[in-house]
Amino acid sequence: MQTSTFIDQPIKKAESRAKYYFRKFFQRKTAVIAAVIILIFLFFAIFGPQIAPFDPSLPDYDNLYGAPDAVHWFGTDEFGRDVLSRLLVGTRNSLGVSLASVLIGAAIGTFLGVLAGYYGGIIDSIVMRGSDILFAMPDILLAIAIVAIIGPGIINVVIAVAVFTIPSFARIMRSATLSVKSSLYVEAARSIGCKNSRILWVHIFPSTVQSMIVNFTMRIGTAILAAASLSFLGYGAKVDEPDWGAMLSSGRNYLDIAPHLVYFPGLLIFIAVLAFNLLGDGLRDTLDPKLK
Amino acid sequence: MGRYFVKRVLGTIPLLLVISFLIFMFIHLIPGDPVRNMAGREATTEELENLRESMGFNKPLYQQYFSYLNDLVHGDLGISYKTKLPVSEMMIGRLKPTLKLTFFATLWSTIVGIAIGVLSAVNRGKLIDYLGMLIAISGISIPGFWLGLVMIQIFSVKLGWVPTGGLDTWRSYILPSITLGCGIMAILARFSRSSMLDSLGEDYVRTARAKGQRERLVILRHAFRNSLVQVVTVIGLQIGGLLAGSVLIETVFTIPGLGRLLVDSLAFRDYKVVQALLLFFSFEYILINLIVDLLYGVLNPRIRLK
Repeated sequence: MQTSTFIDQPIKKAESRAKYYFRKFFQRKTAVIAAVIILIFLFFAIFGPQIAPFDPSLPDYDNLYGAPDAVHWFGTDEFGRDVLSRLLVGTRNSLGVSLASVLIGAAIGTFLGVLAGYYGGIIDSIVMRGSDILFAMPDILLAIAIVAIIGPGIINVVIAVAVFTIPSFARIMRSATLSVKSSLYVEAARSIGCKNSRILWVHIFPSTVQSMIVNFTMRIGTAILAAASLSFLGYGAKVDEPDWGAMLSSGRNYLDIAPHLVYFPGLLIFIAVLAFNLLGDGLRDTLDPKLK
Repeated sequence: MGRYFVKRVLGTIPLLLVISFLIFMFIHLIPGDPVRNMAGREATTEELENLRESMGFNKPLYQQYFSYLNDLVHGDLGISYKTKLPVSEMMIGRLKPTLKLTFFATLWSTIVGIAIGVLSAVNRGKLIDYLGMLIAISGISIPGFWLGLVMIQIFSVKLGWVPTGGLDTWRSYILPSITLGCGIMAILARFSRSSMLDSLGEDYVRTARAKGQRERLVILRHAFRNSLVQVVTVIGLQIGGLLAGSVLIETVFTIPGLGRLLVDSLAFRDYKVVQALLLFFSFEYILINLIVDLLYGVLNPRIRLK
């Protein structure tokens, strides 16, 4: 038997940071399952119209309020339209609205937060007081007020949800920037004469990305719920559009005769939000344990 | 301590003013003539002018804002365009159901949330912990209005145990309270778990164990009591959002509360009522946050000494 000592072992190449994160992430089974579910949803969002078994807007007046069966797995609605097909096609709407709104909110919030954290002073005060104002109203109320002003519709829901997403990013990115601002490598960049914009976006921003990714994932769940709530209240997608929230909203009128019209859209919203929250939890533990 | 109080209270006043201004502007930000928006297309020019005069829309904007603030200070929220009743009167009538609902939701969610959190922390890594956290993350992720509808279908339509909506008996409050409190329960469970885990790792818990105290006492008297400060803060912050959460739940359960009034008033374009409700929900939210901050200062001296 060969005895090996510590010194005899070949020097292992250090694990790259990406590999380390992947390994840590894959240890968390729930997060991996959540990621797979999200990938499936994304697949539906892209190929929904192609894989839908029926035309989502084709009525069938001989089969109104049909319960789930072998042909219509999720049943039919008040116009005899196939619920499964509408849900599959509606994935694009529902996920698209939340992804778009969080992307917009994250971009604006991150930009403002990084600027506020780096420059401090008056910029910091303005950004932070602005986010105080947005935080002073409960999310759903702010969204309702915005939609009441700019009118209902999917694009306006995106704007409303984006607005209440901004302050959370601004605050998180501000504190992330503050924490790296005085680190040695930023000092070094400054001492060799880097411009502020270069220090900001090449040196500081990349090290705050981890906090942003975690918050981004978490906020998508919130955005799906908010968008569905607005659609439910009648401020979002039009009632005849295939959209999870709108389907739930119209389905509630038939709760006593066709409960499947409420069950399935809500279940999809629930699973999607749950998946994003679980993924967010997993990413937080992997990327930024301090946030725990 | 006094200085901390004064500083926090004074710091809130500018925020209240800005919010009141934004909410005042709400009517004016809606595209088109605000009077036409309220009165509808059928209104004659004379009717429009009368309404403009009676609602003060003919004055310059800054004058309108100052008289709005002045009325506000005197508790006058204006007259509803639709019902012709004072808005404050309409709101008082609707306040009770919303407050009751919020109270019951807070009550059950606090008890259940803390219990789940403490049990999960004490049994860290065991089945109870996983189950507790599964319930918690589901509670955060579930759409409240959907949960409400599913429960109506099961417990009202199918089993007939509770009414489908309205507020005729105390049983009418059961399903809405469960629905409304679900999110807080989940947040509290997660928060009290992590807060308990923190205090379970503290030296004073080790000391208590070393002294040979019984485990139950160690958990309840030492770890739990110390984690309570943060948990109380979270409860306070969540109650602020609960009242606004009633917008959806009251719509699902057809409860004549403030949230439902907001949805109805928006549909009727009764903007004075909408304005008053937005103001009420935001002020209530800001003030509860302020009270929680002050309480936290009292309970945790490190904060106020900063």
